[in-house]
Amino acid sequence: MEKCKKHGLISPEQSDRLFRFFTACAALLAVMLMIGFFIQLFWLSIPAIKEFGFRFLISTEWDPMNNVYGALPAITGTLVTTAIAILIAAPVSFISAMFLVENAPTWIGVPVSHALDLLAAIPSIIYGMWGLFVFVPFMQNHVQPFLAETLHLKFIPLFSGPYNGFGFLTAGIILALMVLPFICAVMRDVFRLVPPVLKESAFGAGATSWEVTCDITMRYGARGLLGAVFLGLGRAVGETMAVLFVIGNTQLLPKSLFQSGSTIAATLANNFAEADGIFKSSLFELGLVLLGMSFLIQVLAQMWLNRLSRKMGER
Amino acid sequence: MQKRGLAFRKTIDIVLKGLSILFVALTVFMMFWILYTVISNGVKALNWSFLTQPTKPYGIPDGGVLNALLGTVIITFGAVLIGVPAGLLGGIYLAEFAKENRLGNLIRFSANVMMGIPSIIVGLFVYALLVFTTKHFSGLTGSVALSIIMFPVVLRTTEDMLRMVPDSLRESALALGMPRWKATFSIICRAAKTGLITGILLAIARVSGETAPLLFTAQCSDSWPGSYFTQPTANLTVLINEYAGNSPFEEMHVRAWGAALLITAAILILNISCRFIFKESKSAK
Repeated sequence: MEKCKKHGLISPEQSDRLFRFFTACAALLAVMLMIGFFIQLFWLSIPAIKEFGFRFLISTEWDPMNNVYGALPAITGTLVTTAIAILIAAPVSFISAMFLVENAPTWIGVPVSHALDLLAAIPSIIYGMWGLFVFVPFMQNHVQPFLAETLHLKFIPLFSGPYNGFGFLTAGIILALMVLPFICAVMRDVFRLVPPVLKESAFGAGATSWEVTCDITMRYGARGLLGAVFLGLGRAVGETMAVLFVIGNTQLLPKSLFQSGSTIAATLANNFAEADGIFKSSLFELGLVLLGMSFLIQVLAQMWLNRLSRKMGER
Repeated sequence: MQKRGLAFRKTIDIVLKGLSILFVALTVFMMFWILYTVISNGVKALNWSFLTQPTKPYGIPDGGVLNALLGTVIITFGAVLIGVPAGLLGGIYLAEFAKENRLGNLIRFSANVMMGIPSIIVGLFVYALLVFTTKHFSGLTGSVALSIIMFPVVLRTTEDMLRMVPDSLRESALALGMPRWKATFSIICRAAKTGLITGILLAIARVSGETAPLLFTAQCSDSWPGSYFTQPTANLTVLINEYAGNSPFEEMHVRAWGAALLITAAILILNISCRFIFKESKSAK
């Protein structure tokens, strides 16, 4: 090896080692950034943590005049909008994936799949703008009166209150539309993953195609489907621009779905520019809460989806 | 399984098939509704001065968006310069040196998690890291924020694309006595070229529509993006946020729709052409 002819300044072995080192450094950036997010946000939220302690997470006070902040309205707002989004998007994408993979002829299935991919590519601010100028009036004039009066749901507190178009329900529906293509794409993969032998034997035993989907695909791909839902959750929980435009931005606990409120991300985007001192620190703490939530969701999603890809590899 | 009548089972099946068609149709309809809104409102704003004039405060006639358009291009380009080389190198490491080891799996895991971290958190992070410490907002910090969003995407697609290159190609390059870096760059990356380019273009399409991270970093201004390194830099998405969300004036809403049309058209064209390129190269093989 020593006798190897030198190429310029460094030998091939050295260059290989250098190459490996540099690429490893670049790859390790992913881990370092991930840790950096937590450290940096924690560091800047220390003043707020010292000031408010654990109360920050359970207090509903939001008073920039007296510099008292509580995160509960924003946190519940995030949970409510995300829950609405997933409750709509998960069943709809499941059934749509079933249609696209099992029942649709290719000339419908392929273009529709592409259309869904394009829906996922539309920037979130466009959803926000469309929501503000088109969907909010539509909700106000058609959907909210329909739910409250035509369906007589007014007596449930969730559907009470004036119809102003803004609020949790509108934000939830727009979020559902945004996460649907992502959930649907993974679910389509799960449907394709089920071994045809399993499906065919069920069909052979006389099952209808819904029964095959429900009893075979759903059982076989449960983890993948759950991973898909969590992937959607992760998107919905931190979505900013689309929510910001239609949620109304008031720091109130949700009493009705028609009421305006706020989410963590919307609060950040709305207040960050004017904030300083303890206010800014509180916003960083809110950011830390959001980071923690989405980290947890992503870790769960990855655990389930990893098994899915391993299964794919086995085939 | 409990006993159910055949008629009942068939009805359920038909109802659910009907529902599935309805849902798919509804989703596609919503997509066209959004696109129709953007196009029909956006074309009203398009005229010569809209495309050739910089943004102007309310009341001054024939303001345009050229500075914001340039700003978006420059900020995205900056993000590409920072994020793509790092992502490519990292992807090379994962595909060539860390196929099945612990470190590789850890990196893969954190890259996947990072892809799901909300973009506004990335904005906060870069604000804390760069704006807070240097005391000024700038287009450059916006680029850094976008590059952080891009990085894991490029990393993972690079790895996937390089893994598709057959090992025999690797072995024959190394058997010729090439150093590893040369084999990687001139043989393996070349073989995976179309895939890599598609991945990068898709990552660009993804970040160029981002707004939330730019709110805290690049912000917005009415000036030309000449002071990219030191001053807030105009860009289309924050401009849309300002004009549509924080302005009561009809005239500004129209311009926001125009800007929305520009950015949506650019991103959709990028997306569609990527799919087209990738499909072409696949069918050519």
